[in-house]
Amino acid sequence: MELKATPLFERHKALKAKLAPFAGWLMPIQYTSILEEHHWTRTHCSLFDTCHMGEILIYGRPEESGLDRLVSMNLKQMPVGKCSYGFMLNEDGGIMDDLIVYKLAEDKWMLVVNAGPLAKDEAHLKTHIKTKVENISDTTAKLDLQGPLSREILKQWVGEEIGRLKYYHFAFFSLLGEEVLISRTGYTGELGFEFYIKAEKAKALWDLFLSDGRVRPAGLGARDTLRLEMGYPLYGQDITEETTPLEAGLGRFVDFEKDFIGRKVLLRQREEGIKRKLVGFVTNSRRAPRHGYKIYVEGKEVGFVTSGTFSPSLSCGIGMGYVEIEYAKTDQALLIRQDRIEIEARIRKRPFYKGGSLQT
Amino acid sequence: MNIPTSLLYTKEHEWIKLVGNQGMIGITDYAQAALGDVTFVELPKVGDELRQFETFATIESVKAVSDVYAPMSGKVVKVNERLETNPELINQSPYEEGWLAVIEIADESEKDNLMTAEEYRKYLEEEA
Repeated sequence: MELKATPLFERHKALKAKLAPFAGWLMPIQYTSILEEHHWTRTHCSLFDTCHMGEILIYGRPEESGLDRLVSMNLKQMPVGKCSYGFMLNEDGGIMDDLIVYKLAEDKWMLVVNAGPLAKDEAHLKTHIKTKVENISDTTAKLDLQGPLSREILKQWVGEEIGRLKYYHFAFFSLLGEEVLISRTGYTGELGFEFYIKAEKAKALWDLFLSDGRVRPAGLGARDTLRLEMGYPLYGQDITEETTPLEAGLGRFVDFEKDFIGRKVLLRQREEGIKRKLVGFVTNSRRAPRHGYKIYVEGKEVGFVTSGTFSPSLSCGIGMGYVEIEYAKTDQALLIRQDRIEIEARIRKRPFYKGGSLQT
Repeated sequence: MNIPTSLLYTKEHEWIKLVGNQGMIGITDYAQAALGDVTFVELPKVGDELRQFETFATIESVKAVSDVYAPMSGKVVKVNERLETNPELINQSPYEEGWLAVIEIADESEKDNLMTAEEYRKYLEEEA
Protein backbone atom coordinates (compact mmCIF):
# COMPACT_ATOMS: atom_id res chain seq x y z
CA MET A 1 0.00 0.00 0.00
CA GLU A 2 1.19 3.48 -0.86
CA LEU A 3 2.09 5.43 2.27
CA LYS A 4 0.47 8.81 2.73
CA ALA A 5 2.45 11.96 3.44
CA THR A 6 1.23 14.86 5.55
CA PRO A 7 1.30 18.46 4.24
CA LEU A 8 4.49 18.88 6.31
CA PHE A 9 6.43 16.07 4.67
CA GLU A 10 8.85 18.43 2.88
CA ARG A 11 9.56 20.14 6.19
CA HIS A 12 10.43 16.81 7.82
CA LYS A 13 12.78 15.91 4.98
CA ALA A 14 14.48 19.30 5.17
CA LEU A 15 15.01 18.72 8.91
CA LYS A 16 16.51 15.28 8.09
CA ALA A 17 13.93 13.50 10.23
CA LYS A 18 14.08 9.73 10.52
CA LEU A 19 10.89 8.62 8.77
CA ALA A 20 8.94 5.39 9.25
CA PRO A 21 5.51 4.02 8.37
CA PHE A 22 2.79 4.51 10.97
CA ALA A 23 -0.87 3.59 10.38
CA GLY A 24 -0.48 3.97 6.61
CA TRP A 25 1.46 7.24 6.81
CA LEU A 26 5.15 8.00 6.40
CA MET A 27 5.75 9.91 9.63
CA PRO A 28 8.72 11.55 11.36
CA ILE A 29 9.92 9.30 14.21
CA GLN A 30 12.67 11.63 15.37
CA TYR A 31 14.52 14.74 14.21
CA THR A 32 17.61 14.60 16.44
CA SER A 33 17.10 12.08 19.24
CA ILE A 34 14.02 10.66 20.94
CA LEU A 35 15.55 11.30 24.37
CA GLU A 36 16.39 14.93 23.56
CA GLU A 37 12.95 15.57 22.07
CA HIS A 38 11.32 13.92 25.09
CA HIS A 39 13.23 16.06 27.59
CA TRP A 40 12.64 19.22 25.56
CA THR A 41 8.90 18.58 25.70
CA ARG A 42 9.02 18.09 29.47
CA THR A 43 11.03 21.28 30.03
CA HIS A 44 10.32 23.62 27.10
CA CYS A 45 7.95 23.25 24.17
CA SER A 46 7.76 20.80 21.26
CA LEU A 47 5.91 20.90 17.96
CA PHE A 48 4.34 17.68 16.64
CA ASP A 49 2.91 16.95 13.22
CA THR A 50 -0.32 15.06 13.96
CA CYS A 51 -1.91 15.60 10.54
CA HIS A 52 -2.32 11.83 10.19
CA MET A 53 -5.16 11.87 12.71
CA GLY A 54 -8.73 11.97 11.43
CA GLU A 55 -11.40 14.64 11.82
CA ILE A 56 -15.04 13.86 11.14
CA LEU A 57 -17.92 16.32 11.38
CA ILE A 58 -21.36 15.19 12.53
CA TYR A 59 -24.24 17.56 11.82
CA GLY A 60 -27.44 17.78 13.84
CA ARG A 61 -28.18 17.45 17.54
CA PRO A 62 -26.94 14.17 19.02
CA GLU A 63 -30.47 12.91 19.62
CA GLU A 64 -31.41 13.41 15.95
CA SER A 65 -28.08 12.28 14.47
CA GLY A 66 -27.78 9.28 16.78
CA LEU A 67 -24.24 10.27 17.81
CA ASP A 68 -25.17 9.78 21.45
CA ARG A 69 -25.55 6.02 20.86
CA LEU A 70 -22.21 5.73 19.07
CA VAL A 71 -19.86 7.21 21.66
CA SER A 72 -19.36 6.36 25.32
CA MET A 73 -19.19 9.83 26.82
CA ASN A 74 -21.98 11.99 28.21
CA LEU A 75 -22.84 14.46 25.43
CA LYS A 76 -25.92 15.96 27.11
CA GLN A 77 -23.98 17.85 29.76
CA MET A 78 -21.42 19.23 27.28
CA PRO A 79 -21.40 22.97 26.61
CA VAL A 80 -20.24 24.39 23.26
CA GLY A 81 -16.46 24.87 23.50
CA LYS A 82 -15.85 21.69 25.46
CA CYS A 83 -13.88 18.57 24.43
CA SER A 84 -14.59 15.14 25.81
CA TYR A 85 -12.51 11.94 25.70
CA GLY A 86 -14.20 8.58 25.22
CA PHE A 87 -14.71 5.57 22.95
CA MET A 88 -16.58 4.22 20.03
CA LEU A 89 -17.57 0.65 20.91
CA ASN A 90 -18.71 -2.40 18.96
CA GLU A 91 -21.71 -4.54 19.94
CA ASP A 92 -19.47 -6.63 22.20
CA GLY A 93 -18.23 -3.59 24.12
CA GLY A 94 -14.85 -3.83 22.36
CA ILE A 95 -13.10 -0.54 21.64
CA MET A 96 -13.36 0.46 17.95
CA ASP A 97 -11.39 3.64 18.65
CA ASP A 98 -10.65 6.17 21.34
CA LEU A 99 -11.52 9.70 20.33
CA ILE A 100 -12.15 13.26 21.40
CA VAL A 101 -15.51 14.85 20.70
CA TYR A 102 -15.60 18.64 20.17
CA LYS A 103 -18.95 20.37 20.52
CA LEU A 104 -18.65 23.12 17.88
CA ALA A 105 -22.35 24.07 18.10
CA GLU A 106 -25.57 22.48 19.31
CA ASP A 107 -25.93 20.92 15.85
CA LYS A 108 -22.29 20.55 14.81
CA TRP A 109 -19.80 18.17 16.39
CA MET A 110 -16.27 17.15 15.47
CA LEU A 111 -14.77 13.74 16.24
CA VAL A 112 -10.99 13.49 16.32
CA VAL A 113 -9.99 9.88 15.77
CA ASN A 114 -6.86 7.79 15.23
CA ALA A 115 -5.30 7.39 11.80
CA GLY A 116 -5.40 3.58 11.75
CA PRO A 117 -9.13 3.08 12.38
CA LEU A 118 -10.28 6.22 10.49
CA ALA A 119 -11.79 4.38 7.50
CA LYS A 120 -13.51 1.88 9.79
CA ASP A 121 -14.80 4.71 12.00
CA GLU A 122 -16.15 6.62 9.03
CA ALA A 123 -17.99 3.57 7.70
CA HIS A 124 -19.44 2.82 11.14
CA LEU A 125 -20.62 6.40 11.55
CA LYS A 126 -22.16 6.51 8.06
CA THR A 127 -24.04 3.27 8.82
CA HIS A 128 -25.54 4.55 12.06
CA ILE A 129 -25.73 8.34 11.87
CA LYS A 130 -29.05 9.61 10.53
CA THR A 131 -27.75 13.06 9.57
CA LYS A 132 -24.73 14.27 7.56
CA VAL A 133 -21.30 12.79 8.26
CA GLU A 134 -18.37 14.65 6.73
CA ASN A 135 -14.80 13.35 6.81
CA ILE A 136 -12.64 16.49 6.67
CA SER A 137 -9.32 14.73 7.41
CA ASP A 138 -7.76 15.37 4.00
CA THR A 139 -8.38 19.11 4.09
CA THR A 140 -7.59 19.56 7.79
CA ALA A 141 -4.10 19.82 9.20
CA LYS A 142 -3.44 19.18 12.88
CA LEU A 143 -0.39 20.39 14.80
CA ASP A 144 0.34 20.03 18.52
CA LEU A 145 2.35 22.35 20.72
CA GLN A 146 3.19 20.62 24.00
CA GLY A 147 5.30 21.67 26.95
CA PRO A 148 5.33 23.90 30.03
CA LEU A 149 6.26 26.97 27.93
CA SER A 150 3.58 26.43 25.29
CA ARG A 151 1.08 28.95 26.67
CA GLU A 152 3.63 31.73 27.15
CA ILE A 153 4.99 31.16 23.65
CA LEU A 154 1.53 31.14 22.09
CA LYS A 155 0.60 34.52 23.60
CA GLN A 156 2.82 36.42 21.13
CA TRP A 157 0.69 35.16 18.24
CA VAL A 158 -2.82 34.76 19.60
CA GLY A 159 -2.81 37.18 22.53
CA GLU A 160 -3.39 36.96 26.27
CA GLU A 161 -6.79 35.34 25.92
CA ILE A 162 -5.18 31.97 25.26
CA GLY A 163 -4.43 32.04 28.99
CA ARG A 164 -8.14 31.74 29.74
CA LEU A 165 -8.56 28.53 27.75
CA LYS A 166 -9.17 25.78 30.29
CA TYR A 167 -8.06 22.14 30.14
CA TYR A 168 -10.17 20.17 27.64
CA HIS A 169 -11.80 23.29 26.22
CA PHE A 170 -11.36 24.92 22.81
CA ALA A 171 -12.00 28.22 21.05
CA PHE A 172 -11.31 29.89 17.70
CA PHE A 173 -8.38 32.28 17.51
CA SER A 174 -7.11 34.45 14.72
CA LEU A 175 -3.78 33.16 13.43
CA LEU A 176 -2.15 33.68 10.00
CA GLY A 177 -5.30 35.48 8.90
CA GLU A 178 -7.42 32.40 9.63
CA GLU A 179 -9.84 31.41 12.35
CA VAL A 180 -7.98 28.48 13.87
CA LEU A 181 -9.54 26.01 16.26
CA ILE A 182 -7.24 25.64 19.25
CA SER A 183 -7.95 23.17 22.03
CA ARG A 184 -6.12 22.75 25.30
CA THR A 185 -5.53 19.06 24.83
CA GLY A 186 -2.70 16.70 24.04
CA TYR A 187 -1.24 13.36 24.88
CA THR A 188 2.06 14.14 26.58
CA GLY A 189 1.13 15.02 30.17
CA GLU A 190 2.32 18.58 29.65
CA LEU A 191 0.45 21.82 29.26
CA GLY A 192 -0.34 21.92 25.59
CA PHE A 193 -2.53 22.87 22.67
CA GLU A 194 -3.79 21.24 19.50
CA PHE A 195 -4.41 23.27 16.33
CA TYR A 196 -6.83 22.48 13.51
CA ILE A 197 -6.20 24.47 10.36
CA LYS A 198 -6.73 24.22 6.58
CA ALA A 199 -4.19 21.80 5.12
CA GLU A 200 -2.71 24.47 2.82
CA LYS A 201 -1.84 26.60 5.87
CA ALA A 202 0.00 23.81 7.69
CA LYS A 203 3.49 24.78 6.50
CA ALA A 204 3.02 28.44 7.41
CA LEU A 205 1.84 27.51 10.91
CA TRP A 206 4.72 25.05 11.33
CA ASP A 207 7.24 27.72 10.29
CA LEU A 208 5.64 30.31 12.55
CA PHE A 209 5.94 28.07 15.60
CA LEU A 210 9.55 27.12 14.85
CA SER A 211 10.47 30.79 14.44
CA ASP A 212 10.60 30.89 18.26
CA GLY A 213 13.81 29.19 19.37
CA ARG A 214 12.09 27.74 22.43
CA VAL A 215 10.02 25.51 20.13
CA ARG A 216 11.61 22.42 18.59
CA PRO A 217 10.09 19.69 16.44
CA ALA A 218 9.47 16.30 18.06
CA GLY A 219 8.54 13.04 16.37
CA LEU A 220 6.33 10.06 17.05
CA GLY A 221 9.12 8.39 19.03
CA ALA A 222 9.00 11.02 21.76
CA ARG A 223 5.22 11.16 21.51
CA ASP A 224 5.17 7.47 22.44
CA THR A 225 7.58 7.74 25.41
CA LEU A 226 5.74 10.84 26.67
CA ARG A 227 2.30 9.22 26.57
CA LEU A 228 3.63 6.01 28.13
CA GLU A 229 5.13 7.89 31.08
CA MET A 230 1.60 9.18 31.67
CA GLY A 231 0.10 5.70 31.27
CA TYR A 232 -2.10 6.86 28.40
CA PRO A 233 -3.27 3.98 26.18
CA LEU A 234 -2.38 3.75 22.49
CA TYR A 235 -5.14 2.51 20.21
CA GLY A 236 -4.19 -0.73 18.45
CA GLN A 237 -1.84 -1.73 21.25
CA ASP A 238 -3.24 -1.15 24.73
CA ILE A 239 -6.84 -0.91 23.63
CA THR A 240 -8.36 -2.78 20.67
CA GLU A 241 -11.67 -4.29 19.54
CA GLU A 242 -10.76 -7.29 21.73
CA THR A 243 -10.61 -5.19 24.91
CA THR A 244 -13.32 -3.23 26.70
CA PRO A 245 -13.07 0.09 28.58
CA LEU A 246 -13.65 -1.79 31.84
CA GLU A 247 -10.73 -4.15 31.20
CA ALA A 248 -8.60 -1.16 30.24
CA GLY A 249 -9.48 0.57 33.53
CA LEU A 250 -11.12 3.40 31.57
CA GLY A 251 -14.71 2.98 32.79
CA ARG A 252 -14.79 6.60 33.93
CA PHE A 253 -15.06 7.63 30.27
CA VAL A 254 -18.26 5.60 29.84
CA ASP A 255 -21.65 7.10 30.72
CA PHE A 256 -23.73 4.11 31.79
CA GLU A 257 -26.79 6.31 32.34
CA LYS A 258 -27.44 6.54 28.61
CA ASP A 259 -28.01 4.00 25.86
CA PHE A 260 -25.03 3.25 23.60
CA ILE A 261 -23.75 0.45 21.39
CA GLY A 262 -21.95 -2.09 23.56
CA ARG A 263 -23.70 -1.07 26.78
CA LYS A 264 -25.39 -4.42 27.37
CA VAL A 265 -22.12 -6.34 27.33
CA LEU A 266 -20.36 -3.76 29.49
CA LEU A 267 -23.15 -3.84 32.07
CA ARG A 268 -22.89 -7.61 32.24
CA GLN A 269 -19.11 -7.36 32.51
CA ARG A 270 -19.47 -4.83 35.31
CA GLU A 271 -21.93 -7.15 37.07
CA GLU A 272 -19.86 -10.32 36.71
CA GLY A 273 -16.50 -8.64 37.14
CA ILE A 274 -13.67 -8.49 34.63
CA LYS A 275 -11.25 -11.39 34.23
CA ARG A 276 -8.20 -9.37 33.22
CA LYS A 277 -7.11 -5.80 33.58
CA LEU A 278 -4.71 -3.37 31.98
CA VAL A 279 -2.01 -2.46 34.51
CA GLY A 280 1.07 -0.28 34.47
CA PHE A 281 4.44 -1.52 35.66
CA VAL A 282 7.94 -0.23 36.30
CA THR A 283 11.03 -2.40 35.81
CA ASN A 284 14.06 -2.57 38.08
CA SER A 285 16.56 -1.86 35.29
CA ARG A 286 17.09 0.22 32.18
CA ARG A 287 15.81 -2.67 30.13
CA ALA A 288 12.48 -1.97 28.43
CA PRO A 289 9.52 -4.33 28.34
CA ARG A 290 8.13 -4.44 24.79
CA HIS A 291 4.87 -5.16 23.01
CA GLY A 292 4.21 -8.91 23.00
CA TYR A 293 6.51 -9.92 25.89
CA LYS A 294 4.82 -12.33 28.31
CA ILE A 295 4.09 -11.63 31.97
CA TYR A 296 4.63 -14.24 34.70
CA VAL A 297 3.89 -14.42 38.42
CA GLU A 298 5.67 -17.18 40.34
CA GLY A 299 6.36 -19.11 37.15
CA LYS A 300 2.79 -18.93 35.84
CA GLU A 301 1.96 -17.00 32.68
CA VAL A 302 -0.64 -14.41 33.70
CA GLY A 303 -0.63 -11.86 30.89
CA PHE A 304 1.18 -9.96 28.17
CA VAL A 305 2.76 -6.58 27.54
CA THR A 306 0.87 -4.22 25.23
CA SER A 307 3.26 -1.22 25.36
CA GLY A 308 6.66 -0.68 26.87
CA THR A 309 9.67 1.56 26.64
CA PHE A 310 12.66 2.98 28.42
CA SER A 311 11.36 5.95 30.40
CA PRO A 312 13.58 8.97 29.67
CA SER A 313 12.33 10.79 32.78
CA LEU A 314 12.68 7.88 35.22
CA SER A 315 15.68 6.11 33.58
CA CYS A 316 14.09 2.67 33.87
CA GLY A 317 11.73 0.49 31.91
CA ILE A 318 7.99 1.16 32.05
CA GLY A 319 5.05 -0.49 30.38
CA MET A 320 1.46 -1.58 30.33
CA GLY A 321 -0.19 -4.92 29.80
CA TYR A 322 -3.13 -7.13 30.60
CA VAL A 323 -2.88 -9.49 33.58
CA GLU A 324 -5.38 -11.87 35.16
CA ILE A 325 -7.52 -9.89 37.57
CA GLU A 326 -6.24 -11.54 40.78
CA TYR A 327 -2.75 -10.19 40.04
CA ALA A 328 -3.85 -6.68 39.06
CA LYS A 329 -2.80 -5.11 42.36
CA THR A 330 -0.41 -2.25 43.00
CA ASP A 331 3.08 -3.48 43.99
CA GLN A 332 2.48 -6.99 42.62
CA ALA A 333 5.85 -8.41 41.48
CA LEU A 334 5.96 -9.52 37.84
CA LEU A 335 8.51 -11.28 35.69
CA ILE A 336 8.46 -10.19 32.05
CA ARG A 337 9.97 -12.63 29.58
CA GLN A 338 10.76 -12.98 25.91
CA ASP A 339 13.28 -15.53 24.60
CA ARG A 340 16.44 -14.99 26.66
CA ILE A 341 15.24 -11.69 28.11
CA GLU A 342 13.97 -11.59 31.71
CA ILE A 343 12.91 -8.36 33.37
CA GLU A 344 11.69 -7.91 36.94
CA ALA A 345 8.90 -5.38 37.35
CA ARG A 346 6.25 -4.22 39.79
CA ILE A 347 2.75 -2.97 39.14
CA ARG A 348 2.62 0.75 39.89
CA LYS A 349 -0.01 3.45 39.81
CA ARG A 350 -0.09 5.68 36.75
CA PRO A 351 1.02 8.24 35.76
CA PHE A 352 4.56 6.94 36.17
CA TYR A 353 5.81 10.49 35.65
CA LYS A 354 4.27 12.90 38.12
CA GLY A 355 5.98 16.20 37.28
CA GLY A 356 3.88 17.13 34.25
CA SER A 357 2.60 20.68 33.67
CA LEU A 358 -0.72 19.42 32.28
CA GLN A 359 -3.08 21.16 34.70
CA THR A 360 -1.00 24.27 35.40
CA MET B 1 29.83 8.72 8.23
CA ASN B 2 32.91 8.07 10.31
CA ILE B 3 34.74 4.84 9.32
CA PRO B 4 38.25 4.66 10.83
CA THR B 5 40.79 2.98 8.56
CA SER B 6 42.54 1.13 11.38
CA LEU B 7 39.56 -1.19 12.05
CA LEU B 8 37.96 -4.22 10.41
CA TYR B 9 34.20 -4.47 9.86
CA THR B 10 31.33 -6.97 9.62
CA LYS B 11 28.21 -6.87 7.47
CA GLU B 12 26.21 -6.54 10.68
CA HIS B 13 28.01 -3.25 11.43
CA GLU B 14 30.42 -4.31 14.17
CA TRP B 15 34.08 -3.30 14.21
CA ILE B 16 37.18 -4.93 15.67
CA LYS B 17 40.50 -3.30 16.46
CA LEU B 18 43.36 -5.81 16.49
CA VAL B 19 46.28 -5.14 18.85
CA GLY B 20 48.69 -8.04 19.33
CA ASN B 21 46.62 -11.13 20.10
CA GLN B 22 43.69 -9.07 21.39
CA GLY B 23 40.73 -7.46 19.67
CA MET B 24 38.50 -4.65 20.89
CA ILE B 25 34.91 -4.84 19.63
CA GLY B 26 32.16 -2.28 19.14
CA ILE B 27 29.40 -1.18 16.77
CA THR B 28 29.92 1.30 13.96
CA ASP B 29 28.87 4.92 13.69
CA TYR B 30 26.35 3.82 11.06
CA ALA B 31 24.87 1.25 13.48
CA GLN B 32 24.53 3.66 16.39
CA ALA B 33 22.86 6.26 14.15
CA ALA B 34 20.42 3.66 12.84
CA LEU B 35 19.56 2.46 16.36
CA GLY B 36 19.04 5.92 17.81
CA ASP B 37 19.44 6.59 21.53
CA VAL B 38 20.94 3.52 23.19
CA THR B 39 19.27 2.93 26.55
CA PHE B 40 20.53 -0.48 27.66
CA VAL B 41 23.39 -2.85 26.85
CA GLU B 42 23.65 -6.50 27.84
CA LEU B 43 27.33 -7.45 27.73
CA PRO B 44 28.99 -10.87 27.84
CA LYS B 45 30.89 -11.96 30.96
CA VAL B 46 34.64 -12.06 31.22
CA GLY B 47 35.62 -15.61 30.31
CA ASP B 48 32.79 -16.16 27.82
CA GLU B 49 33.87 -17.77 24.56
CA LEU B 50 32.65 -15.85 21.51
CA ARG B 51 32.31 -17.43 18.08
CA GLN B 52 32.66 -15.45 14.90
CA PHE B 53 29.35 -14.03 13.62
CA GLU B 54 27.36 -15.34 16.59
CA THR B 55 25.41 -13.15 19.01
CA PHE B 56 27.33 -12.06 22.09
CA ALA B 57 25.56 -8.90 23.27
CA THR B 58 22.22 -7.08 23.04
CA ILE B 59 21.76 -3.38 22.54
CA GLU B 60 18.43 -1.72 23.23
CA SER B 61 17.46 1.69 21.94
CA VAL B 62 14.21 3.50 22.66
CA LYS B 63 12.68 1.90 19.57
CA ALA B 64 14.33 -1.50 19.20
CA VAL B 65 16.25 -4.48 20.57
CA SER B 66 19.26 -5.51 18.46
CA ASP B 67 21.65 -8.43 18.68
CA VAL B 68 25.37 -7.76 18.32
CA TYR B 69 27.52 -10.34 16.52
CA ALA B 70 31.15 -11.19 17.27
CA PRO B 71 33.51 -10.08 14.47
CA MET B 72 35.95 -12.85 15.46
CA SER B 73 36.11 -15.83 17.85
CA GLY B 74 37.82 -15.56 21.20
CA LYS B 75 37.61 -15.42 24.97
CA VAL B 76 36.30 -12.23 26.60
CA VAL B 77 39.01 -10.64 28.76
CA LYS B 78 37.38 -7.28 29.43
CA VAL B 79 33.97 -5.63 29.09
CA ASN B 80 33.08 -1.95 29.11
CA GLU B 81 31.32 -1.65 32.47
CA ARG B 82 30.70 2.07 32.00
CA LEU B 83 27.97 1.14 29.52
CA GLU B 84 25.84 -0.21 32.36
CA THR B 85 25.09 3.30 33.59
CA ASN B 86 26.12 5.28 30.50
CA PRO B 87 24.88 3.35 27.44
CA GLU B 88 24.74 6.66 25.54
CA LEU B 89 28.53 6.40 25.17
CA ILE B 90 27.78 4.13 22.21
CA ASN B 91 26.03 7.04 20.48
CA GLN B 92 28.54 9.65 21.53
CA SER B 93 31.72 7.71 20.83
CA PRO B 94 31.09 4.44 18.99
CA TYR B 95 34.77 3.80 18.19
CA GLU B 96 36.36 4.96 21.45
CA GLU B 97 34.45 5.19 24.73
CA GLY B 98 31.53 3.12 23.46
CA TRP B 99 33.52 -0.10 22.93
CA LEU B 100 31.78 -3.27 24.14
CA ALA B 101 34.39 -5.93 24.90
CA VAL B 102 37.99 -7.05 24.41
CA ILE B 103 38.69 -10.64 23.36
CA GLU B 104 41.73 -12.85 23.08
CA ILE B 105 41.81 -13.79 19.40
CA ALA B 106 41.35 -17.55 18.91
CA ASP B 107 42.07 -17.74 15.19
CA GLU B 108 43.73 -14.87 13.43
CA SER B 109 42.84 -16.16 9.97
CA GLU B 110 39.20 -15.27 10.66
CA LYS B 111 40.04 -11.66 9.87
CA ASP B 112 39.95 -12.62 6.21
CA ASN B 113 36.16 -12.83 6.59
CA LEU B 114 35.99 -9.14 7.57
CA MET B 115 35.94 -5.94 5.54
CA THR B 116 38.48 -3.16 5.49
CA ALA B 117 37.28 0.41 6.02
CA GLU B 118 37.27 0.95 2.26
CA GLU B 119 35.22 -2.21 1.67
CA TYR B 120 32.81 -1.33 4.48
CA ARG B 121 32.24 2.14 3.01
CA LYS B 122 31.40 0.58 -0.36
CA TYR B 123 29.15 -1.96 1.38
CA LEU B 124 27.22 0.86 3.08
CA GLU B 125 26.82 2.70 -0.22
CA GLU B 126 25.46 -0.46 -1.87
CA GLU B 127 23.09 -1.07 1.05
CA ALA B 128 21.74 2.46 0.69
